[in-house]
Amino acid sequence: MAVTLIATEALTKRYPNGVTALSDLTVDVSPGVIGLVGANGAGKSTLIKILLGLLPPTSGRVSVLGIDPTSEPEQVRARVGYMPEHDCLPPDLSAAEFVTHMARMSGLPRTAARERASETLRHVGLYEERYRAIGGYSTGMKQRVKLAQSLVHDPDLLLLDEPTNGLDPAGRDAMLNLIDRIGSEFGISLVVCSHLLGEVERICDTLIAIDGGRLLRAANISTMTKASDVLAIEVTEGADALAARLTESGLDVRAEGRDLLVPLADDTTYDVVLAAVAALNLPLHRLDQRRHHVSDLFRDTAGEPAHVG
Amino acid sequence: MSVENQPAGVIHDIGYQRYAGARLGRGYAARSLYVHGVRTALGLGRGPKAKIFPWLAEGILLLVAAIVTAIRAQTGEAVISYTEFAAQLSFLIILFCATTAPELVSRDLRSGVLPLYFSRPLRRSDYALGKLGAMVTAVWLLQALPLTLMYLGAVFSVKGGRAVWHETVDYSKGQLSALLFGLVFGAISILIASLAGRRAVSAALIVVAFLVTSPIFGVLQVIGTGAVKQLSGIINPVSLVLITNAWLTGDQGKDFDEIAGYGIYYALSTVVLIVGCVLLLLLRYRKVAR
Repeated sequence: MAVTLIATEALTKRYPNGVTALSDLTVDVSPGVIGLVGANGAGKSTLIKILLGLLPPTSGRVSVLGIDPTSEPEQVRARVGYMPEHDCLPPDLSAAEFVTHMARMSGLPRTAARERASETLRHVGLYEERYRAIGGYSTGMKQRVKLAQSLVHDPDLLLLDEPTNGLDPAGRDAMLNLIDRIGSEFGISLVVCSHLLGEVERICDTLIAIDGGRLLRAANISTMTKASDVLAIEVTEGADALAARLTESGLDVRAEGRDLLVPLADDTTYDVVLAAVAALNLPLHRLDQRRHHVSDLFRDTAGEPAHVG
Repeated sequence: MSVENQPAGVIHDIGYQRYAGARLGRGYAARSLYVHGVRTALGLGRGPKAKIFPWLAEGILLLVAAIVTAIRAQTGEAVISYTEFAAQLSFLIILFCATTAPELVSRDLRSGVLPLYFSRPLRRSDYALGKLGAMVTAVWLLQALPLTLMYLGAVFSVKGGRAVWHETVDYSKGQLSALLFGLVFGAISILIASLAGRRAVSAALIVVAFLVTSPIFGVLQVIGTGAVKQLSGIINPVSLVLITNAWLTGDQGKDFDEIAGYGIYYALSTVVLIVGCVLLLLLRYRKVAR
């Protein structure tokens, strides 16, 4: 799809107290699962509020699903679902009642609201529990209800603010799998805000990193990692000789512990490495492709302007 | 798996379905919020605990109305007029406000649910006005039922078309008074409840706001002279509504001869009070962050 999901142009937000939350942010994102990463206070929440049309930008342009949230906030909000970071559930209502009510607040007629609510709760993994009061739910179940209320009106875009907050490792995995399914099976685009890079990296195809309100980098994860994959070689002996030989062949060799790392350009890199090992007659213990952590990439290329492919 | 092996009536997971039905937008959402608010206020669609107070209050009011009707049928004398009904039982209405308004707005503040409303087509002002409308409707309904009971009882006990017509006029005045009580008490209590997230705190503040003016009013009545005495009723919501209603319906000379000539100040004060509360409420919801 060539449709633009979110586009911002020189988006800037300065609060009356002088704090600049966003500064000159320009991104152009295609539909898919988008990770929005940044430390606390980097401007993620401000960006989300601007996307929802809840906060006017100081300057710059923004469009969500092709609609300008500053001039047509209701049209944007009818097609977007939002899951906030903090607690936002009434303890004395049941999940079924609450999600039905929220569906009606999104404009769904009474019967449709009830049907969509129970269907959505089932999709997020709440069955009989949905008739019990939310006050008695575990953190994981509450997160699912929060997700369900954002999904109940079948939006075209979901904005999830720290969806794994407060969950234990198992709950975190379950939530990430659910988000992954929403993106791949349900066909809904998502923006997942997180301060944990490793988490969003698992489920996102696009990553936007902001820091201090500025864009660090926005790129497609697969292209980012492909360009910088490395080959790790472990030999039981003669590592120094191999390193010398590979350097002669024109490869940029780095030692890391017992491994030798060479940049993986294409398949011929394998041939060069194997030829060198064979020529030196060394016992090869291990040879594998190592995926760069996205965090390394951001460290390497911080500040470099980039566009999402 | 073949179809024959499956038990009958099994629910198949057909996966996620996109919603292609109607999306009714902001006006519908605001109306739904209002209806939901009225139901919440009356304890409908909620657990038995939520029904206790509204139904108890309504029960007492209906009981009083039934007794008044019975006395009238026996003796022909109206112990309480339609317009005095709410004023005589204002303590119950104040208690109803103190329990209902926090239920409608403080609860949402405390649970942090507001961002979920504001990230939908609904506007902040729609939310504030929807809740206010629900509260006003609930306070009016609380009085409308017993007034109607009294009216029906009276219509069957008086004789002649002229008497029925008089009764109908009086009943209409009573309903107008009920609506004024709804507007004044609803606006004050929703505004106060929107300031505190804890329901108990909101409830206490509402009771204090309504009751603290009573002794001041009483003192001014005793020590005040002239205009001070005549206008002292403005600070008490109950007398404010009563006299405004008397002025509106042309009854001020009849029941409140000592106020005669000052009625318009009461009416203006009522308008200023309601408009002020609504504006402050809208301002409050423009600012509220969570």
